[in-house]
Amino acid sequence: MAKVPVQFTLNGSEKAEFIESGTTLLHALRDKIGDMSPKGACHQGTCGACSVIIDGELRLSCLTLAETCNGAAIRTTAGLAEGGVLHPLQRAFLDAFATQCGFCTPGMIMAAKVLLDRTPNPSREAVVEALSGNICRCTGYEPIIQAVLTAARANSQNAA
Amino acid sequence: MSLALQTFSSVKDANAALQAAGTRYLGGGTLVVRAANEGDVSVSRLVRVTDPGLSQIAVSGGKIRLGASVTMAAIARHPELAALAPAARAVGGPAIRNMATVGGNLFAPAPYGDFAVALLALDATVVTEDGELPIETFLAGRDTSRAVVTAVSLSMPKTESFRFLKISRVKPKGISVLSIAALMQRTADGTVTSARIALGCMADRPMRAKAAERALLGCKLTPEEIAPALAAAGEGISPITDPIASAWYRAEVLPVHLGRLLLA
Amino acid sequence: MELRKDYFADVRKDGLNEIGQPRPRLDSPGHVTGKTAYFADRNFPGMLHLKMVRSPHHHARIRSIDTAEAEKHPGVVKVLTARDVPHNVYTILILIQIGPEDETVLADGKVRWKGEAVVAVLAETERAAQEAATKVKVDYEVLPAVFDMEEALKPGAPLVNEYHGQNYYLYDSGECRKVRFGDVEAGFAQADHILEQTYQSSPIEHAPTETTGCVVAPEGNDRFTCYTNTQAMFFTLDNTSIILQMPGSKLHFVGGTVGGGFGGKVDVIVEPIAILGAKLTGRPVCFIYSREEEMQISSPRAAEKVVIKDGVMKDGRIVARKVTGYTDAGAYSRHSPYGAQKGAAHYPGPYTIPNVWIDTYCVYTNRTPSSAMRGFGVTIGDFALEVQMDKLARLIGMDPLEFRFINAYRDGDMKAHRQPTEGAALIECMQEASRAANWPVAEKYMAMSSYRKGA
Repeated sequence: MAKVPVQFTLNGSEKAEFIESGTTLLHALRDKIGDMSPKGACHQGTCGACSVIIDGELRLSCLTLAETCNGAAIRTTAGLAEGGVLHPLQRAFLDAFATQCGFCTPGMIMAAKVLLDRTPNPSREAVVEALSGNICRCTGYEPIIQAVLTAARANSQNAA
Repeated sequence: MSLALQTFSSVKDANAALQAAGTRYLGGGTLVVRAANEGDVSVSRLVRVTDPGLSQIAVSGGKIRLGASVTMAAIARHPELAALAPAARAVGGPAIRNMATVGGNLFAPAPYGDFAVALLALDATVVTEDGELPIETFLAGRDTSRAVVTAVSLSMPKTESFRFLKISRVKPKGISVLSIAALMQRTADGTVTSARIALGCMADRPMRAKAAERALLGCKLTPEEIAPALAAAGEGISPITDPIASAWYRAEVLPVHLGRLLLA
Repeated sequence: MELRKDYFADVRKDGLNEIGQPRPRLDSPGHVTGKTAYFADRNFPGMLHLKMVRSPHHHARIRSIDTAEAEKHPGVVKVLTARDVPHNVYTILILIQIGPEDETVLADGKVRWKGEAVVAVLAETERAAQEAATKVKVDYEVLPAVFDMEEALKPGAPLVNEYHGQNYYLYDSGECRKVRFGDVEAGFAQADHILEQTYQSSPIEHAPTETTGCVVAPEGNDRFTCYTNTQAMFFTLDNTSIILQMPGSKLHFVGGTVGGGFGGKVDVIVEPIAILGAKLTGRPVCFIYSREEEMQISSPRAAEKVVIKDGVMKDGRIVARKVTGYTDAGAYSRHSPYGAQKGAAHYPGPYTIPNVWIDTYCVYTNRTPSSAMRGFGVTIGDFALEVQMDKLARLIGMDPLEFRFINAYRDGDMKAHRQPTEGAALIECMQEASRAANWPVAEKYMAMSSYRKGA
């Protein structure tokens, strides 16, 4: 089968792979590069478990073909902690009991990160809206919403 | 046969490639990549176009031109497209809105395609290399359409004359039970002089509620005067049945929601 | 968290180190960093993808299966049918001697529900497996199907499952599980009011975020490692051992990390066929349900129908309760005979009723086999019972909470299935609920105790 080259940065580091044409970014990240943090849960764009950030925008890696990401800067939850120190969102998810089975967590954190990058002090409604493409079947969402609001407060306190 | 992607810089070349069997156009990927993921093996080749012109939004002289690759997110945040923003925001969640395109929405089968419902009410024109078609004609023939849609053009609606409503069971993001878009001109005393109402989920694609449109002419938007329009709303509909709602339910609640939209 | 120390002060220990203290989840650091390894996060070179060809019919005889075209499809490595499975007819509760074996790993001669597994295709890529699956030709003779439990129990209904011979599970107690306590007819004769109501529920899908699946890797010594998201590890291992006729020592199951289960990932569905595929090809195999399969193919909570007839006195005492419960097992038993049995024990509710009659049926229909889900067999029953309790209270013009105090079971009461009540604590729970919900009840109920009647 025809292989095509793809090249992008993943969490700041250069990646170059030959993939089969038509491969989704989700499969390329997981099966080729070994970043297992985006999860495949519906493959239809319904659940958000595969969410990644491409050039600053939230995208679904299950519906994105890897070839279309040439030259892009891709971020995933696996690259969020720096030097072993958790990102404030990760810390807040941990403290707020915002994970149960954990399968939706990497996608949730990506969606929340895009929100906080643009809106450091979001309203509760803005958090709900930002997470509305991500399904969690365990928590009932409330601890996740609280975690995002807590992380936002932690950010603004650090900035002050 | 595996799935393969071909990238072209011009629509012309893409149109030529699209003539091959098993080939489909890749916009934002929310329809065709989903189909491939779900085991639709009828598609073996995807074609895309990188022409940046397809992603442009132009607003001038009361006219809007939306390139086919313009995303729902781009419309929702555009300062001059406030009238369209509610319909663009009705599509998917944030990630889907960053991907889903105007062109793709024209092909989205019910219960998807809420933005196309708005475009139908707004009497948009669909542009391809073969020429321009009124959206109603385009939607009727979309199953056999082989030319890449390049843009959609429409007149800028006055904010007060255009209304859009999407009903879903999950807030804030959910799949449509139904969606309704209405473009109405009214005199100073509130009498409706023209009405164009489009419905989502009432057929396999957006459709107009022509009987309700006729019944609204000469009416003021009061519960008493819109009653005949609500009674006529279901004329000609054939709602879809899916896990969200049955055809029966959709037909039952259509007049209720149309009433709320008109009285809002 | 507030600990109320006035309840059961004489039996409680204070100085608790863990209870009442916030403790971090041990698995959360892995979750928030994306490092937690779920079964599908295992990737092996040369891994094959398994796709299942499923029945498009609710009930049909299989005249023939032709896999020749599928086998020739590029990328296909193996195509499995019923004859490849060493012990194809199985039932999971056989481990606790609940038979008969009534389900096929791959359909053999007949399909009994829409979506039943018929042929397994193993290929180099997911796409190749999907394409080849469309080339498997199965010739079906469609049979009449039955979807309603009461229709299924009528004489002359289509027989769903020949391994049972009738459309209900035959318990050692007969056609249903039975509880008989006191004299229910005498109770009804004595009652001031009788209320009979029917409650029904639809199947409920767990819809976990992570779909059901497993990844199997041959270890090279005729032993197989199976990474799975089953919630029933050893139960699955033992059943796989039976189905594949392999000693358990050849099966190495790795799991425990489940992306949402809710009690639903306990059927032995993906592991045996994936391990068989790995055994017959010598290659790693992954078999992961699509979202559609998770919603349509994996077992839901059973649909239930509950008919409750209660006799109640004007003073609030329930003097007789007769319940007939129906559990829709779908086409195969899985956990449903047990679920229906749990219902029989549960239907008196947490109430002391002197005369009880309960029949619960496990019924076979041509619907998706149902199975376990959080509190299966009792959850729908609780809904029915508590709605019934509210209706009874309304019928006699009594406060619904006070009505429950009157009937609540207390320590020492004999339950209908002849287990004496111990450690009930229901009175105290309701007292606290009354305070917390600001729903006051008469002082005499607030003075009651689970220990001493009339106190």
